Amino acid sequence: MKTHLGKRRFILLMSSILTIGLVLSSTSCASSPTATPTEPTTPTGLSGTITEAGSTSVQPLAERLADVFMQMHPKVTVTIQGGGSSVGITSADEGTVDIGAASRELKPSEPPLVKHLLARDGIAIVTPPANTVTGLTKDEVRRIFADEVTNWSQVGGADAEIIVIAREEGSGTRGAFEEMVMGEDLITSNAILQLSNGAVRTTVSTTPNSIGFLSFGYLDTSVKALAVDGVEGTVENAKNGSYPIVRPLYFLTKEAPTGLGKEFIDFCLSAEGQSIVTDEGFIPVD
Amino acid sequence: MASHVVIDRTAKLVVIICASASFVVLGAIFVFTLREGMPAFQEIGLSNFLFGTEWRPGLGMFGILPMTVGSLLVTLGSMVLAIPVGIACAILLAEVASFRVRRILRPAIELLVGIPSVVYGLVGMMLIVPLVREIGGTGFSVLSASLVLMAMVLPTIISISEDSLRAVPKGYKEAALAMGATQWQMIWHVQLPAARSGIVAGIVLGMGRAIGETMAMIMVIGNAVVMPTSPLSPARTLTGNIAAEIMYAAGTHRSALFATGVVLFLLILVLNTVATFALKRGIRSQHVA
Repeated sequence: MKTHLGKRRFILLMSSILTIGLVLSSTSCASSPTATPTEPTTPTGLSGTITEAGSTSVQPLAERLADVFMQMHPKVTVTIQGGGSSVGITSADEGTVDIGAASRELKPSEPPLVKHLLARDGIAIVTPPANTVTGLTKDEVRRIFADEVTNWSQVGGADAEIIVIAREEGSGTRGAFEEMVMGEDLITSNAILQLSNGAVRTTVSTTPNSIGFLSFGYLDTSVKALAVDGVEGTVENAKNGSYPIVRPLYFLTKEAPTGLGKEFIDFCLSAEGQSIVTDEGFIPVD
Repeated sequence: MASHVVIDRTAKLVVIICASASFVVLGAIFVFTLREGMPAFQEIGLSNFLFGTEWRPGLGMFGILPMTVGSLLVTLGSMVLAIPVGIACAILLAEVASFRVRRILRPAIELLVGIPSVVYGLVGMMLIVPLVREIGGTGFSVLSASLVLMAMVLPTIISISEDSLRAVPKGYKEAALAMGATQWQMIWHVQLPAARSGIVAGIVLGMGRAIGETMAMIMVIGNAVVMPTSPLSPARTLTGNIAAEIMYAAGTHRSALFATGVVLFLLILVLNTVATFALKRGIRSQHVA
């Protein structure tokens, strides 16, 4: 009887501890701020936190830049988040992050932000390596994605139906592709949609007769980048202006940056930062 | 004596708080989703939203009918595939298999529940999608999604069905066998009807998981907003629609995604009610018979 009672008391005690713990942890979560203001630069060295969010195309580059920046300034923490270009624009405007990232031009309907051109990025048109087609004109690409051309034989390939793979509505890569390739036309609603550059790459590489578009930074040997208007999709061709599908990658701030945020952006635009841009497969800013 | 009373009251209070917490959470989710989705209902119009077939947020077109149909078809497909397999498997475990076979099979099936859905999606993308592509189409299809979902809901259906088959009083079984029924007749005419309520509960739970599944669906269904015309055509589910676009959405678009959540919420409510109703009727007719 006594041990039984002890057990019950123990269970009660544990459950009340758990309940209190839950309540406490939830309130502490709620009260912890999502945006940390940047601390002023001290003459002895930089310290504090920078938050960045936005375009998934900018994300791998920003992470690399942040790593190097944090090595140079051990007391600084830079957090990089994805979310997409639209998230980058809204977060920078609302001040939930210090720096937003966008991989397309800002629309007139979007808030006016201070743009820092970080790099340029080509968008590659990719197929599985086995595809016999090696190049398309920009107009052919448009007609394929608009569902006007539906068979590879219509563009000089084998007699096989084209499987169109695109990104979801709101993606910066899709936005830039629509702006530069589709013009007034819409991407067919029959297109298979994948939610990231990585997922598009996997899907294209494993789906015979498929076609998709990818940020240059995500190109590897699992897919084949097609020449567009006769120009190979390489960083050099994008840099000299001959490759036709190139978009800007921006860091965005609400006001002209100050303090730590300015230091980070200045570093990204410096010669050292721009060499990282090149290493990551993007096109540096002159 | 006094300490007993105190403990009793405290225990009661803790239990009440915990129980109401789950109810408050449910209510809060619904109220919040509805509040966020309300502007979309007003701006787009209820019938345009529910019965529109074009979803192009960039052009201000927000019709979710293809996705509602997609969600229902995938759920239906997975249930058609999973129910016979699940019940057969439960019968095997409860009535046919030896103790040793059961000791291996049962934990293996239960382990399936613990596999994260993204892993199911990955396997589906690499294994099921190419297989379905052999039949026709792109492989990213309602059929692929149904097959992946079948694997995901099977453990639920199997373990609950098996438990309820085991819970049938031994006397039923013995009486049936004593009257000369074969083992199959005993299972079909006695065990299954007697375990019916538990089996249906397992199916309802599995259905809930199926319609709410998101990640695995996004990876294998293709996410194209088209009205699915065959098991081989791609589709988008309501859950997939929210997950795919909420990160980008603002204004009416964001509100429309919350409104999608409201529709999903109500859809699950209706499906559960219908299933529970069918279950109750099933039990009644069973008692009359």
